[in-house]
Amino acid sequence: MDWTILLYKTIFLFIILLVTLLVAMYSTYGERKVAAFMQDRRGPNRAGPFGLLQPLADGVKMFMKEEIIPLTANRTLFILGPSIAMTTALLTGVVIPWGGTLIIGGREFSMQIADLNIGILYVFAMVSIGVYGIMIGGWASNNKYALLGAIRAASQMISYELAMGMSIVALVITTGSLSLHDIVTQQHGMHWNIFYQPLGFLIFITCAFAETNRAPFDLPECETELIGGYHTEYSSMKLGFYLFAEYINMFISSAVITTLYFGGYNMPFIDQLGLSPNTVTLLGTAFFFVKILSMIFLFMWIRWTLPRFRYDQLMNLGWKGLIPLAIFNILATGVYYYFTELT
Amino acid sequence: MQMLTDRSKVVSDKKMTFMERIYIPAIVKGMFITLKHFFGKKTTISYPEQKREFSKVYRGQHVLKRDDIGRERCTACGLCAVACPAEAITMIAAERKPGEENLYREEKYAAVYEINMLRCIFCGDCEDACPKEAIFLTDRIVASQYKRKPFIYGKDMLVEPLDPSKRIDISARQTENVNKFKLEKRFAHNK
Repeated sequence: MDWTILLYKTIFLFIILLVTLLVAMYSTYGERKVAAFMQDRRGPNRAGPFGLLQPLADGVKMFMKEEIIPLTANRTLFILGPSIAMTTALLTGVVIPWGGTLIIGGREFSMQIADLNIGILYVFAMVSIGVYGIMIGGWASNNKYALLGAIRAASQMISYELAMGMSIVALVITTGSLSLHDIVTQQHGMHWNIFYQPLGFLIFITCAFAETNRAPFDLPECETELIGGYHTEYSSMKLGFYLFAEYINMFISSAVITTLYFGGYNMPFIDQLGLSPNTVTLLGTAFFFVKILSMIFLFMWIRWTLPRFRYDQLMNLGWKGLIPLAIFNILATGVYYYFTELT
Repeated sequence: MQMLTDRSKVVSDKKMTFMERIYIPAIVKGMFITLKHFFGKKTTISYPEQKREFSKVYRGQHVLKRDDIGRERCTACGLCAVACPAEAITMIAAERKPGEENLYREEKYAAVYEINMLRCIFCGDCEDACPKEAIFLTDRIVASQYKRKPFIYGKDMLVEPLDPSKRIDISARQTENVNKFKLEKRFAHNK
């Protein structure tokens, strides 16, 4: 690896980091707007035109708030919790292929930071470590509600991770690769995986909702029962990090869903237009973001439509509904490929 | 039993059908309802720029009227204080001195007239009770305060300004029906 690649990767890494933070920041604004619109309200519209400066104002507010660490809390772990949540949320972005290849000065630069051959597993690993952020934070607070929220988060994530993993197994059977780059290139044209794995997609997206702790699976932080759940004792920017990590997770899971099931940066009919490779790449990236943003809108749309699950219903759905379905999906996919592609 | 609305539904705990149990059709249905509202008309009134219109019979902060040549109409008879169900009104009467004829219309006037806005329930009974057409409720809002003390409005807050252009308009409170009612009440004891 020579220094141009290194430089390119570093710059690209920073761009991805910035874009992730920016999108997460404006997701908070978008969420409030979407919620308001669905409830016949206007939403934030005072800070700047259309309230566009609202996320900045919120950020400043979060930083200026008094920092409180409870006396009975475990100080180290209390600080570690939000740090883990934030770090793992940001780490997932590196394996996602944000676009095709750019050709600058006769050299090819891939718009993916690291093309791991086990890309999906890496995503899963990071998401799983994210549970520790919530668990540690909830436990370190030394507060009943926080602990309950943390326990709920842990059990929910473990339950849904299983079904999620199994829906991915079926996807891997169809694609034959764990690398996100390969999965995207295979979906070139309109061969999007959602047409081959509709059931798997449904299972995956349901689990993605549960993994990001979004409604209707937001039990770890349900305000009405647990007064905020695992972040009850948190204040100032630590609370901000927890809330922010949730939005980053939402952005990253939207990106993963798009990559796995909606063809990533592939655009339909792009080959017929006869554009230069760089234009195609950039257009593809733009289209990728359009898909991601629609996915984020779907997340919000569902949040403001469905009521929260009860805890036993959540466990029922996970263990008795989604896991058998996922196993059936693996079986059906396996049998189908066994008989059609005997090679 | 007669239903109170026509939107009530009879609920039952029957077993859900397959389509109901997979939830998806219900979820999609719900999502389209929220989407309809997403593009629907917003009911918010953007307050400082846009103000909601008061009802015609809105009863807000009181005013003590002056007559056409600027004399206070109130004669401190105390009927408003008696009529007040919340006991919000207190007053101290005083006799008009010679030379004060341009200030007070009657020979007796209110030296102190206080309404406790925290006690007041804005029922308008003081207005009905007043034989001199001196007190009226207006469409002004009683401003919020941090302490209790400023809520006790004295004559400085209640009596309308002398300047004819700054008089408080109470024509909304003096409809034909109201005037007829007051006239009838005034002569009721003669019957």
